[in-house]
Amino acid sequence: MNAPNASGWKPGTPVQDHNAMAGPDTVTGNRALMLEEPLIFEIGNTETTGVDLPEPTGGANRLGGLERSEKIGIPGLSEPETVRHYTRLSRQNYAIDLGLFPLGSCTMKHNPRLNEKVARMPGFADVHPLQPVDTVRGALEVVNELAHWLIDLTGMHGVAMSPKAGAHGELCGILCIRAALEARGDAREVILVPESAHGTNPATAAFAGYKIEDIPANSDGRVDLDALKSRLGPDVAGVMITNPSTLGLFERDLKEISDAVHEAGGFVYCDGANFNAIVGKVRPGDLGVDAMHINLHKTFSTPHGGGGPGSGPVVLSEALSPFGPLPYTARTKDGVVHLIEEEDADAFSEEHFGGKMQSFGRMTAFHGQMGMFTRALSYILSHGADGLRQVAEDAVLNANYILRSLDDVLDAPFGHSGPCMHEALFSDKGFAEDISTLDLAKALIDEGYHPMTMYFPLVVHGAMLVEPTETESKAALDQFIMALRSVAERAKAGDETLKTAPHYAPRRRLDETLAARKPILAWEEPNPPAGEPTMSEQGGR
Amino acid sequence: MRYLPLTDADRSAMLEKIGAPDVDALFVDVPEEARLDGPIHGLPMHASEMAVEKHMRRLSKKNLAAADAAFFLGAGAYKHHVPASVDHIIQRGEFLTAYTPYQPEIAQGTLQMLFEFQSQVAHLYGCAVANASMYDGSTACWEAVAMASRIARGKKRKVVLSGALHPHYAEVVKTMAKFTDDEIAHAKPAMTAAPDTDGLISRIDDNTSCVVVQYPDILGRVTDLQPVADAAHEKGALLIVVNTEPVALGAIKSPGEMGADIVVGEGQSIGVGLQFGGPYLGLFAVRDPKHVRMMPGRLCGETQDAEGKRGYVLTLSTREQHIRREKATSNICTNSGLCALAFSVHMTLLGEKGLRQLAMENHRLACLAADKLAAVPGVTVLNDAFFNEFTIQLGQDARAVVRKLARDNILAGVSLGRLFPEHEELSDGLIVAVTETTTEEDIETLVSALKEVLS
Repeated sequence: MNAPNASGWKPGTPVQDHNAMAGPDTVTGNRALMLEEPLIFEIGNTETTGVDLPEPTGGANRLGGLERSEKIGIPGLSEPETVRHYTRLSRQNYAIDLGLFPLGSCTMKHNPRLNEKVARMPGFADVHPLQPVDTVRGALEVVNELAHWLIDLTGMHGVAMSPKAGAHGELCGILCIRAALEARGDAREVILVPESAHGTNPATAAFAGYKIEDIPANSDGRVDLDALKSRLGPDVAGVMITNPSTLGLFERDLKEISDAVHEAGGFVYCDGANFNAIVGKVRPGDLGVDAMHINLHKTFSTPHGGGGPGSGPVVLSEALSPFGPLPYTARTKDGVVHLIEEEDADAFSEEHFGGKMQSFGRMTAFHGQMGMFTRALSYILSHGADGLRQVAEDAVLNANYILRSLDDVLDAPFGHSGPCMHEALFSDKGFAEDISTLDLAKALIDEGYHPMTMYFPLVVHGAMLVEPTETESKAALDQFIMALRSVAERAKAGDETLKTAPHYAPRRRLDETLAARKPILAWEEPNPPAGEPTMSEQGGR
Repeated sequence: MRYLPLTDADRSAMLEKIGAPDVDALFVDVPEEARLDGPIHGLPMHASEMAVEKHMRRLSKKNLAAADAAFFLGAGAYKHHVPASVDHIIQRGEFLTAYTPYQPEIAQGTLQMLFEFQSQVAHLYGCAVANASMYDGSTACWEAVAMASRIARGKKRKVVLSGALHPHYAEVVKTMAKFTDDEIAHAKPAMTAAPDTDGLISRIDDNTSCVVVQYPDILGRVTDLQPVADAAHEKGALLIVVNTEPVALGAIKSPGEMGADIVVGEGQSIGVGLQFGGPYLGLFAVRDPKHVRMMPGRLCGETQDAEGKRGYVLTLSTREQHIRREKATSNICTNSGLCALAFSVHMTLLGEKGLRQLAMENHRLACLAADKLAAVPGVTVLNDAFFNEFTIQLGQDARAVVRKLARDNILAGVSLGRLFPEHEELSDGLIVAVTETTTEEDIETLVSALKEVLS
């Protein structure tokens, strides 16, 4: 399989008994490269700074008598201390750059560094959103060029670029649906959502004022078409369907579902979180979708950054396009790219679309996640139409390879219903009674991997959702399969050491119950010297 | 394709293991009539790193970068110097390519950083607890309004917005309120030296869930918030304070000190950069810890591991969509993690001492610019009090002046006509922002250009 590395170790070589090898405790708490790091509040102080700025001259000021005289309490560090603090912290993180990151539904693929370089070009990074339009034509061209690709790749009519992330995009799509229904005087109150959906789907629809009803699934995990059809009616505003679904399956009947929903006067929202599996292979627009958000931080590889920023443009059908949010960009026949804001929306709409502007309004200040647009466009141009198609094919191939390499040792609840898409779903069936999916996941940490998505989707007991993405080599997949096979076997055999995993991470299992019961959410000065007021007594905090 | 490691031999071996004749067999569930039989027609094929970089550089050059202009734009996004080490740290792969810290044992780097970030924001705002960030200031503002509505349990439906709130923020609140049945009371901004606090207070009644004011406000004015806080609290309403320039809080009292209940804002000024409007950083904090469980977004908290060592986890997640689904406090999932890191690193470099110095240097230069502009015939400075941004009146539509000056690489400010197109009477206003990056030469350039245009 894999050649031994220079140390003579090769995958499958059992690690020697670590108890016999264990060394003494250290006085620092550090263990070689595993370094402990205090909080900035413990190592810095309010008189230290890592920047060189002039001392205030104490001249007249025009602050309206509101000078901040109380202590602020924010510590500073010199530059070397700052760089070291954050570098030491960084080493306590797992990341794509360190290894396979099989977090299902999150599409943790390699983040090309060209995209970082491009986003930092001064013409993109150092322009203000309210500069006169003539000074930002290139930035608008980026927005438009990306918009053009997103429309073509999805077979849709228009795109709203301003949503800030996937959930914000969902909200945009649902608000378009509501605006379109209201425009025809059609008040509807129900959105249908499958149980397997991301939590953001029902949260979004509820936020937009809709009642949520579950769509039942059939035995192979897909939407039950007959049940759905029988529920449709004049009170149903639309459906929210994830395709490919969170079970890693393509919704075969999506076109028929869309036709039925449209027939009943509703709209189809598609959660595009899993678009990576089908980009360049099939277009949601051809399946009757009315709105779909695209997570640029998933399919188009803008970095996840420890939880954001994301970007969630929403592609729209012809029926929904007029209702999209302001601001938007549009290219007119003369090739000029326009930025349409409140100021000119009505006039532009009259002139180019022959009618009054119907936008549901503004969702955010400014134009959207420009820094993500430049990265995503750079990614798309690098791959091209052929490369993007290959992305989907390799992502699906890698997931099926994992599914079929492990379905003899792990239960694959929908393995019988054919190939999966970009992610392989397993359950905890067959584990020893007291071993859980969580235990297996934590043991995977000891093997040097970030665990897969756990306990999601909710419809599968002890679910494990594995998404390898297309940027993994076969050798990397083989080693991961070997590791997962090993921990799965231990889970079935009831290996008690799984319950105390991880053993080799910077921290052992963390007490989440304690964190929630007695929340400590900000640093507080430990016991002030007797007689001195605490910060809260000073009224500062 | 340089980003795809599989070879054709790998693909064949893997297909054999799967038992599929070819890769199309894996897409068997896609209806045949919808399957694309090749790359989408009319789109370009893959391109080399060199070719893509060249294309993007060409587009980049079509923009006037702030550093290449005499630059005076603000109104919610500010140009500040970001130390080089900030960008270095946020490009470390362990931060850049990590995900939301769902597995805390191998995400202590991100989690400890978020705990420090939350603590920095809480101190800056004069609050007890801040969350781990929102998308940007405008969406944080809406989330604060929605939170106030939750606290009022739907019994109070009126939201009073100050006329001097950033109009984009007000638009976001109005857009969302259309779908939640909140009633918005919003006055138009008055061009006066100080904001109309009495008028604002007169609109607060027993049905008011919250009052939203900006500090410093959209025209750059700085006013004591205590009277509004007292008036709101008397009617059982919450005071939400929006801050779009965090550097200001190194010079002027924090909103928490003056009685704000929820403080939200844009964090872009510290560490993040202009970026044509995004990604930015939404800051969100509450003064009273009793409101924590009503907050939206992620929260990082301290705890212990099985060996008793201090560690950090995401906590109180029963408020969130992945647990509560349609009953969640917000649908937010992704936050602005990497921007929060940039903010936190920059703030650590500054520390309280550097933040105060930075704030006063901004204010010194702003005072200088205000005095020089006031001496230009035809220019009136509106503000009595300001931090690093103030409004001038030009006696003619400022939009035309801004466009004219831009041709000479002078980005003179944000015209009120662009921000408030429906209020013709404001159109002679121009918001001018001055930061530590503004030179005295820049100020002279603006002064002489305005002299020429207005004469």
